[in-house]
Amino acid sequence: MRISCPCCGPRDRREFTYYGAADYLNRPALDADASAWDDYLHLRDNPAGETRDLWYHDPCGTWVAVTRDTVTHAVIAAEAVA
Amino acid sequence: MTHRIPGKGLIDRTRPLRFSFDGREFEGFQGDTLASALLANGVQLVGRSFKYHRPRGVLTAGSEEPNALVEVIEGKQKTPNVRATVQELYGGLTVQSQNRWPSLRFDVMAVNDRFAPFLSAGFYYKTFMWPRAFWEKVYEPAIRRAAGLGALSGLHDEGRYEKAFAFCDVLVIGAGPTGLMAALVAGRAGADVILADEDARMGGRLLSDQPEVAGQSGPDWAADMLAELAAMPNVRLMTRTTVTGVYDGGTFGALQRVGLHLADPGDLPRECFWRIVAKRAVLATGALERPIAHPDNDRPGVMLASAVQSYVARYGVNPGRVVVFGNNDSALQAARDLTAQGVQVAGYVDPRADVSVLEEFPVYPGGQVVGTRGRLGLREVAVRHGGGVSMLTAETLALSGGWNPSLHLTCHLGGRPDWDERLAAFVPRAGMVAGMSVAGAARGRFSTAACLADGAALAAEVLADMGIAGHDMPLPAAEDRSYAIAPFWAVDAGGRAWLDFANDVTTKDVQQAAQEGFSSVEHMKRYTTQGMAPDQGKSSNVAALAVLADATGQGISATGTTTFRPPYTPVSIAAMGAGGRGMGFAPERLLTSDSQTRAMGAPMIEAGLWYRPSYFPRAGEATWREACDREVSMVRTAVGVCDVSTLGKIDVQGPDADRFLDLIYTNMMSSIKPGRTRYGLMLREDGHVMDDGTCARLGEAHFLITTTTAAAGPVMRHMDFVHQAFCGDWAVRFTSVTEQWAQFALAGPKARELVNKLLETPVDAENFPFMACGPARILGVEGRLFRISFSGEMGYEIAVPARFGAAVFERLVAEAEAMGGGAYGMEALNVLRIEKGFITHAEIHGRVTAFDIGMQGMVSAKKDCIGKSASQRPGLMGPEREQLVGLVPVDPQAELSAGAHLYNENDPATRVNNQGYVTSAGYSPTLQSWLALGFLRDGRARHGQIIRLDDGLRGRKVACKVVHPVFHDPEGGKLRG
Ligand SMILES: [Zn+2]
Repeated sequence: MRISCPCCGPRDRREFTYYGAADYLNRPALDADASAWDDYLHLRDNPAGETRDLWYHDPCGTWVAVTRDTVTHAVIAAEAVA
Repeated sequence: MTHRIPGKGLIDRTRPLRFSFDGREFEGFQGDTLASALLANGVQLVGRSFKYHRPRGVLTAGSEEPNALVEVIEGKQKTPNVRATVQELYGGLTVQSQNRWPSLRFDVMAVNDRFAPFLSAGFYYKTFMWPRAFWEKVYEPAIRRAAGLGALSGLHDEGRYEKAFAFCDVLVIGAGPTGLMAALVAGRAGADVILADEDARMGGRLLSDQPEVAGQSGPDWAADMLAELAAMPNVRLMTRTTVTGVYDGGTFGALQRVGLHLADPGDLPRECFWRIVAKRAVLATGALERPIAHPDNDRPGVMLASAVQSYVARYGVNPGRVVVFGNNDSALQAARDLTAQGVQVAGYVDPRADVSVLEEFPVYPGGQVVGTRGRLGLREVAVRHGGGVSMLTAETLALSGGWNPSLHLTCHLGGRPDWDERLAAFVPRAGMVAGMSVAGAARGRFSTAACLADGAALAAEVLADMGIAGHDMPLPAAEDRSYAIAPFWAVDAGGRAWLDFANDVTTKDVQQAAQEGFSSVEHMKRYTTQGMAPDQGKSSNVAALAVLADATGQGISATGTTTFRPPYTPVSIAAMGAGGRGMGFAPERLLTSDSQTRAMGAPMIEAGLWYRPSYFPRAGEATWREACDREVSMVRTAVGVCDVSTLGKIDVQGPDADRFLDLIYTNMMSSIKPGRTRYGLMLREDGHVMDDGTCARLGEAHFLITTTTAAAGPVMRHMDFVHQAFCGDWAVRFTSVTEQWAQFALAGPKARELVNKLLETPVDAENFPFMACGPARILGVEGRLFRISFSGEMGYEIAVPARFGAAVFERLVAEAEAMGGGAYGMEALNVLRIEKGFITHAEIHGRVTAFDIGMQGMVSAKKDCIGKSASQRPGLMGPEREQLVGLVPVDPQAELSAGAHLYNENDPATRVNNQGYVTSAGYSPTLQSWLALGFLRDGRARHGQIIRLDDGLRGRKVACKVVHPVFHDPEGGKLRG
């Protein structure tokens, strides 16, 4: 698998550290109710098809949101989260 | 070389090479494979079969060889299962046959062949079921001795291996007529091309069939094209390189044999494992011929027709009299070509009734081979035909059951091929691998002209697709014969007919599998072991499917094929793991004090990738405990020096640095004054503790934070995430400076005296109080000073640029020793911090909260921070939590151990009674007692109670008093003094 780091270009998957679903980008407010935090921290879809998740490019420190297809393994898009 | 045709072949007859096989000396030529050299010496018998120990010879002339597997001996090392058809000859090559005892010609285990009825498909499962206890002790060892394919030396493989990466526009896999044309078209257009071929010499079937191309002989035309390609700077030719696997994103694995063909490889590695990333690939792997299953088709001397052609034309081997048995036009052409080369064809046998009989050799239309004779090599072939059965005298039987396109790589990402009735073979579907085009014989276009045209056409397509302008290239003229085949898989004439030579699978085994209900192709494969040997059934799988389809009454198309997975051919683990042996497994991170530390005799322990001293032994100390106790006392009474450079250091700068640190840490960092340091706690977003450390404010917009050794990487990644995901617009930047600074802890009542020996401007309790930080000139070098402690004693940490670390450490140790102190290691550091109740990742192990370690007060109520919301959810703070406590044994000399569990005094040690567990333990010379830290349910409310420490592993039960986790100087007077 290869991912295009927005900073460095296409790189081997082994240069990246996986974190989890891109849901982690949508942090609830401090005073949001418990179910919003539960949702944010623990509840994930497991799609057969398009999914979006977070990868860290260790050499440059860029966090990348990768849109990919879990069935075909195609990487559809990769963009910096910042 | 008794069996060499004078003047024939692409071998270099000016360079004879001596080699040995089973202790006998032979001679071959440069350009030979081991197989061709053995055949040229009249050696047909090269091995014994896997299960029945039947005599076996060479079946193929390529990497798909199932039979001719040998051991290559190099000194005490031996490499088993080397394919004689792949191993190139070199002077001094030493080889022995495998799976035979005492000798190849007389093998005791050949008795297995007599018991064949008991050893048929599934015999493991049926015969050795009972009694159960016999399996491991009796049956399995006996079977393993009797069956097998070679043996390892048992020694470490000390050979050199490499791994490497390559990138290109177009990867052309296979350098036969198709691949050469594709590479030429792409190369002339200026694309970056890699042309990879598993053979030592490129050209593919052009070297074996030697068809005329553009008026030249096949080998000559190939040589011209290769010369042109070799001169192109944008083309890389990789011989001896097998592309073994296809992976996502245009990534290919390839194994290159670098030094395995050389008598003296010098510094060259044996093999190199490549990862090739290609924008496009052209698969031009050609096709593999398949044999026909007929009774006793495994006798040495029985070969594929294409292999016989290779040995004659490329290697000049005289095969003796040849009978050709085939069901297709390529087989008939092989008989004609052999005749044209001067080989005596004793008969052409074809099950097709309408086959041409107007040939220069006897033709048996509607004929079948029903048996062979010859003890250790072929002498006679039994042919059944319209007029009965004839015995033909022959030394070689050439089989051709048709051709299978080499489409294995197209299936590596899960694609399934189609069954082509006309070719009686599987062919690739379009789009099985994104970016890969399949050309030539690999997609069923078998004539030389068709291959040349297809290679050129698909390369042009790929170029157009990539936006690279190509040039028109005239196609060279070549034969364009049609290919017709009448499917014919197995001769029905009683006796055993082999499908999978490597695993000894016969047509009967497959039929039996079907009868016993293993009629799905994947079940049949596992029940019979068809296709599970090192050759992965390259020459046998399709025929086995056909026999299965026949037995079940389904067509081949409905039966389907088994899955092709990487690697295409065996890849040594040593090549894939090149560089990873011994210390190569993980890089070593060494302290600047490393060489002096080792010179002082300190045993080193690993901390992640770092190596740190365990303790510094002194004369008269018999055990590590004596050294450790002495180092602890040294710190408590005088001064100790410890290299703490492994702690992660992150430099944080910018106008928004303070509010960024407020978000990262639970406590307030924006209120620290420049020149001051604060202890800090970080949580994960789920409310559990991530790490702890110190945060020093070096300037208004400049902080230096420390992490624990283990968490340096994860904390950096976490900070990058929080910054980029939630506050990317804040003006803050940070970078790891762990390796840029060497840092040493000075701890003990004489710490100030020691630090002042190195400082240009001395410090005192007033001008540099507890938790102060700032720049300092240390031995003439610009460094930093921190008044922090991890021991509970007065402590300073001094930091200098790493290049001065060794000198500063040397001076510190010398000064400390003169003051009655010295260096201390990890063991003492651990005891010191346990005495003081300071936590490490033994305590903050990922499942504890700030509440659990008694630091809930550090979660600031005035601001948000990562993990704050979740840390306050129900279940994460309350009496049901296991909380940090100290444990002191009632008998101070009773040993405590980390990992032990805690129970109420009279409860049995069962899960439901579990009250908690011990995380750290050590003997305190200061308090003259064992001490431990641990987590106890509602522990803070239970100080003073007696609890039982129960270490089931060591059979240890110790009554302990629950106490506050700070054992030593709880008021902190020593720390601040
Ligand atoms: Zn990057």
